[in-house]
Amino acid sequence: MSNIAIKVENISKQYRIGTLKARYSTFRDTLSDAFKTPFRKAAELLRGQAYAASGLTKTKWALKNLSLEVRHGEAVGIIGHNGAGKTTLLKILSRITEPTTGFGDIYGRVGSLLEVGTGFHPELTGRDNIYLNGAILGMKRLEITRKFDEIVDFAGVEEFIDTPVKFYSSGMHMRLAFAVAAHLETEILLVDEVLAVGDVAFQKKCLNKMSSVTHQGRTVLLVSHNMEAIMGLCSRAIWLHQGEKEDEGPSQQIVKRYLSSYVERGVWQVPIAERTDRVGAGSIRFTGFRLQDKDGNPIDCIVAGETVDFVFSYVCKDETVGNVTVWFWIRDDLGRDLLCLWSRKTGQDFEKLPKKGELICRIPRFPLRPNKYIIDLKADVNNVHGDRLPDAALFEVVAGDFYGTGRSVSDLGIFLCDHSWRYSENSSSPNKENK
Amino acid sequence: MAETTTDTLHIHIKPTGGWRGIDFVEVWKYRELLYFLSWRDIKVRYKQTVIGVAWAIIQPLFTMVVFTLFFGKLAKMPSDGIPYPIFSYAALVPWSFFASGLSDASSSLVSNANLIKKIYFPRILIPLSAILSKGIDFMLAFLVLLVMMFCYGIVPTAAVIWLPLLCLLVVITSLGVGLWFTAMNAQFRDVQYAIPFFIQVWMFATPIAYPSSLLKEPWRTLYGINPMVGVVEGFRWALLGINTPPGPIIFISALAAFIILISGALYFRRMEKTFADVI
Repeated sequence: MSNIAIKVENISKQYRIGTLKARYSTFRDTLSDAFKTPFRKAAELLRGQAYAASGLTKTKWALKNLSLEVRHGEAVGIIGHNGAGKTTLLKILSRITEPTTGFGDIYGRVGSLLEVGTGFHPELTGRDNIYLNGAILGMKRLEITRKFDEIVDFAGVEEFIDTPVKFYSSGMHMRLAFAVAAHLETEILLVDEVLAVGDVAFQKKCLNKMSSVTHQGRTVLLVSHNMEAIMGLCSRAIWLHQGEKEDEGPSQQIVKRYLSSYVERGVWQVPIAERTDRVGAGSIRFTGFRLQDKDGNPIDCIVAGETVDFVFSYVCKDETVGNVTVWFWIRDDLGRDLLCLWSRKTGQDFEKLPKKGELICRIPRFPLRPNKYIIDLKADVNNVHGDRLPDAALFEVVAGDFYGTGRSVSDLGIFLCDHSWRYSENSSSPNKENK
Repeated sequence: MAETTTDTLHIHIKPTGGWRGIDFVEVWKYRELLYFLSWRDIKVRYKQTVIGVAWAIIQPLFTMVVFTLFFGKLAKMPSDGIPYPIFSYAALVPWSFFASGLSDASSSLVSNANLIKKIYFPRILIPLSAILSKGIDFMLAFLVLLVMMFCYGIVPTAAVIWLPLLCLLVVITSLGVGLWFTAMNAQFRDVQYAIPFFIQVWMFATPIAYPSSLLKEPWRTLYGINPMVGVVEGFRWALLGINTPPGPIIFISALAAFIILISGALYFRRMEKTFADVI
């Protein structure tokens, strides 16, 4: 046997997603069809022609001619937008669904984690669920018994182990579910986005566990939107786009390419006024966004350290609106939320606003390093969602003379802040100067 | 990691087509999961009820009381020389197993959709565990039957050695019909609305409230095409020693049950690959 753990050749998967509407010319046709259809469907069903019986004629290729190879001991990340076929690929590899064409080979015992806590039953106790979930994931009873204490310990639920999980908090539930999954010791592990559970501390624990898994020389195929996780855990990445392989290579390189394309192809190219993917009651609507300097001159990009105004134009449904709170998140190209600028936190919610106008947020000495950033924009009226625009706009920060020293700011770190250096001769009394 | 290295597996993934049989080797490999799924169904079934597992006995017992009143007393139904209450109850014990097993099995794939969509295992484990978990209810109801036999002073005949095979026959019948229905239910939920009605009709088509000896030969033997006829008459014959032994009926029923099981398994396997996509 060669060194190959997973080998997939020309796999395609077609899903049936809906019905193409037939046009009826006459009332008689409609009526006779309504009468005949159940019989036709029953006949098709009994002949075992599931697809024909379902009547789903509209199809979509979730994967198209995908080939890939994963060697033993390798950790490979799968990245791509929603609907790129990542989960479909894992489902085919874990044999949950069959490919429409193509074939694949897997050498070794496979464990798939498409979800944590699959099969958890709310009425059963934590103890029972560990056994049930373990068995569902493919562990032997002895194996579970041996790792039982470790699992309970990892989840931190000792006290409640004999309580039905329906009384667990959602955090405890999640921790227990992940703990079972984390102790699945198969040679090949297929993981789908299960790292995004629990609070920050627990996520960190999960990432550590995953990284120890990859260092044990086991083969891992990881689907995630968390680019840091992909870069940290996987040596190689495969980028899927609309069911096809867009690129493949060292994970750092592929993630970089993927993210820059993300920035290029993003929805923020659509003007805010024309966006249709917004959420909210529509009592207030954002219609535009621009940046201006402290004198009110429009600018294309922000110079690090300069004062900048974020200007959002809006219209309201009614002549006036009261009690408006507005905020936006600034995210970096790795998808990390860096800053939240919120009128409520500065005590500047708008008690009354006319039908239209502009809301301006000023940031003196802009504190982020040169990069591309994305904003998520939100406004609530009377504590009800007014308008929410994810990925509302993209802006760029360019290097500037942040410290007024004639030196350009570096690419190191994320934030820039005022600071100074001094010398003190006695290191044992750092407060000497203050006396 | 001792047991993970003992066998090097090779899995081949490819589109499958046509009709396939059950992969018994694979089912055997997953026997622990089958055990845990049945165990879960048993543990969960009477949670958050007041009288709990007593429901397993109440259902056949009360049906027996109703039958005794209406068919036994009012309609003066013949009962093959056996007191009517125990005559009907001996039939209701396997029937309850069949009816509840069939109805749970039929909805089992849909109610376990989250498992089907997220993890691979032989899908047949789902309806199979739904039926096997009814074994506990069956045993409890059977204990009550033994108590009743004791009270009526009925001693089983030598034919009682056939009882385990009769139990197997009822499992085969439930599974066979259950496989057909659960596979269809995955595609069209119409099935789950049709099931209660279907079970009710089947009950009256089975000699539970009446003896099969009402029919003349050869019709009585032919009646065995309904596998539950063989089961019910077999139970009475093995335990109560009725004066009209079923004889060839049981063979006809066993044959019918096997045909249903094999066709059900083939059908289930054919539909199986679409479950994760259509549920």
